[in-house]
Amino acid sequence: MAENDIALMAHLMRRAGFGAQYDELETRAAKGYEVTVEELLHPDETTHGIDLDLAERYFIEWNHFIRCVPEYIAFRMVNSKSQLEEKMVLFWHGILCTADSKTQSYVASYVELEMLRRCGMGSFRDLLIEISKDPAMVYFLDNCLSHKDAINENYGRELLELFSLGVGMDGEFNYTEDDVKECARAFTGWTIANGIPAQPYGRYSSQFVFNPDDHDEGEKTFLGHTGNFNGEDIIDIIVKQPATARFISRHLYNYFVADEAQVPAWMDTPPRDIDTIKMLEDEYFRSNYNIRSMLRVLFNSDAFKEARFSRIKGPIETVIGTLRLAGDWTTPKPGFESIFEEMKHMGQEILNPPSVEGWHTGKEWIDGGTLLRRINFIADYVGDVSYPGIQELVQKLAAEGPTMSPQGLVDGCLRLLGHYEVADETHQMLVEHARKNGELPTNTKEFPQHVARMLQMIVSTKEYLYA
Amino acid sequence: MTSNKKDPVLVILQMTGAYDALNTFIPYSDPHYSDYRQVLNISPEEVLAVDDKVGFHPAMAPIKDLYDQGKVAVLQGIGYPNPIRSHFRSLDIWHTAEPKKMISDGWLGRAIRDLDPDKENILTAVNFGRGLPRALAASGVSVASVGDLSNYGVLTGIQSNEQRSEALDIFARMYAPMIGNGAVSDYLSQTGLDALRGADILSEAPNTYSSTVEYGGSPFAQWLKNIAQVHFSDFGTRILYTGVNPGTFDTHANENVSLHKLWGDVSNAIGDFYQDLKEHNANEEIVMMVFTEFGRRVQENGSGTDHGSGSVAFMIGDAVKGGLYGEYPSLEPDRLDNGDLQWNNDFRSTYATILEQWMGLDAKPILGGTYEQFDFIK
Repeated sequence: MAENDIALMAHLMRRAGFGAQYDELETRAAKGYEVTVEELLHPDETTHGIDLDLAERYFIEWNHFIRCVPEYIAFRMVNSKSQLEEKMVLFWHGILCTADSKTQSYVASYVELEMLRRCGMGSFRDLLIEISKDPAMVYFLDNCLSHKDAINENYGRELLELFSLGVGMDGEFNYTEDDVKECARAFTGWTIANGIPAQPYGRYSSQFVFNPDDHDEGEKTFLGHTGNFNGEDIIDIIVKQPATARFISRHLYNYFVADEAQVPAWMDTPPRDIDTIKMLEDEYFRSNYNIRSMLRVLFNSDAFKEARFSRIKGPIETVIGTLRLAGDWTTPKPGFESIFEEMKHMGQEILNPPSVEGWHTGKEWIDGGTLLRRINFIADYVGDVSYPGIQELVQKLAAEGPTMSPQGLVDGCLRLLGHYEVADETHQMLVEHARKNGELPTNTKEFPQHVARMLQMIVSTKEYLYA
Repeated sequence: MTSNKKDPVLVILQMTGAYDALNTFIPYSDPHYSDYRQVLNISPEEVLAVDDKVGFHPAMAPIKDLYDQGKVAVLQGIGYPNPIRSHFRSLDIWHTAEPKKMISDGWLGRAIRDLDPDKENILTAVNFGRGLPRALAASGVSVASVGDLSNYGVLTGIQSNEQRSEALDIFARMYAPMIGNGAVSDYLSQTGLDALRGADILSEAPNTYSSTVEYGGSPFAQWLKNIAQVHFSDFGTRILYTGVNPGTFDTHANENVSLHKLWGDVSNAIGDFYQDLKEHNANEEIVMMVFTEFGRRVQENGSGTDHGSGSVAFMIGDAVKGGLYGEYPSLEPDRLDNGDLQWNNDFRSTYATILEQWMGLDAKPILGGTYEQFDFIK
């Protein structure tokens, strides 16, 4: 099989998933790129390749999702065969944000993330309606406290600013303060029954309800349209706006292709690659706001295929990717808490985006503290040859011949990590480092340690911060 | 400027989420106050009054205590032109000191450049928290950003000293900046090298620290403890920054309960920190600024308050000349700005006062203009 095909597959799986071991890359590359894209776009909806039965027997709390929801989500990210589906849950979780620090209800977070999984690759219109009715969201942005005679404009504002239009585009504002108020009026009466947080009310799960008595039936003028709008009417107007197409396209680009400017700068900063954005915008309208169609166009584009190592990995991608590489957490076991501490200290905590704006990305993931945490976490994993994934990697290298040259060791490790590319200077330094031990016999008990140390050096490089 | 044994040090405490100015520093005797705030009313008996008009939230006793000792300046009606009610943009404005356009440099980042133009001390500024606030960012300026001081260092998992020092050596070389690799790569190089050097120094701070003060368990209280540890270690750190997580003070709902708890935790931590400084004879060396991104609507929404404008900030320290500054914004309905408090003093006046009178810097190039200064520094 051509190494090129495997390298391209490694790229696809890093972006459309949380990375894959070398064997899986080979298998997928043999099936073909476009076949793999279609497979990712159409998850197997019955099993997702996970033995949830077994997991549920271990995590007994999963029965009711009172606890352990971050564990459940992370477990799926590590083990699901439908990798893109899980990657889209994280994508939307970072845009249509609610935070457990306020909702304090794992049940509500669970319901929300299952909805994002169900709707994350469908129509954006449907998704906006679902999120507007999602109990965690209704509570998180206080729509349950927005009343006919006393609007709470929190949801109305963030729906426009952060969930669909964005503040502005091409230097122009996308909406006015009046639009915010009118939007909030249209969503009055969209509330929940059974309060969130669960305590002290009890443990009944919360449901969306429409309360016609608390809905403002009056005429509203929103983005130039006038009528007796309710929330769905507002969303119908929103999804038709060019600004919405731009907003979603830029988010997809930033998440899957290459680091973009941060959201608050979008009004005045043009897209990094306007041609690709235009292509996505066209597909958005052509497909009636269908996210799956946009993703298909995206993954099959040259812009995507050529954009290798142009995104700095986020902390969740880093942690889950490392677990998948090492082959850890393929079955349930205790001790997941420390994994969440890692993500948190690297700057990204599942179920707790720092604000309704989600996480800032790109170089903003990296500062002195988060860089140290990230490097140390990955280095501790790849440096431990007792993990099955690392063991297998060592065995693959050992099988290449009785001895291994310094250059062979560096290149072999880079390849088996998923065809990583490093700058010439970095490559030289790694080879120089490997030369201290000379040509290595591959059948000794020290060989795995040499491989582990080389892996530790590679994952510490600047290049490895990227995906 | 006061007579300091050491270079003056600034501690910034960012109360993210936008605390409700009206229920933080309360105009309790104004009849409009109880009209606007039927549910969220704090009764005159509960208010920690500083005079017959205004007073602190009841949970802010430790700060009121410092006020009574003449160590707290209250900056009433602080704000900026054309207030924006988005958390992110508003915080950006406070961070960059530039309300008109988006810029990436922070005001403290520019100050650090002036404090240490030759980059002699990588610990001139230290941040504690998740991620670096834009206030401290400036191209070419590096700031140590620490989430957890107790385990801070590069490749700390490598057990053998010899192997670790070899690994750190190659790490340092791999992070050396390469010509023509672009701004992001340069940033990563600088961050890597600074983290390597800074970590070695910083990791010593907790080892030499001892104190009878017991800080609370919240991240904010622990970070204030870390700030004390770093300050007492004499690394030459001039700016220390921490705060609460975004959204913390965003009391759209249930404000009566949540604001009480929030100010209780924050005020206790600040009180403990001041005690710690005193115990270490360092109380004259530090000035604190407590701020938030904007004020909240004057009219409550039934259980909380929505985004508004016109805020209040606090300067705390021995070098601070305590008292009230600015004017409390009027609550007369026709003098509100779209239902919000009308700000009356530009936040950059406070910045200019801090920079010139406390830090001894020229404020004009840092703030891009001249602003009337207060006299809250002794």
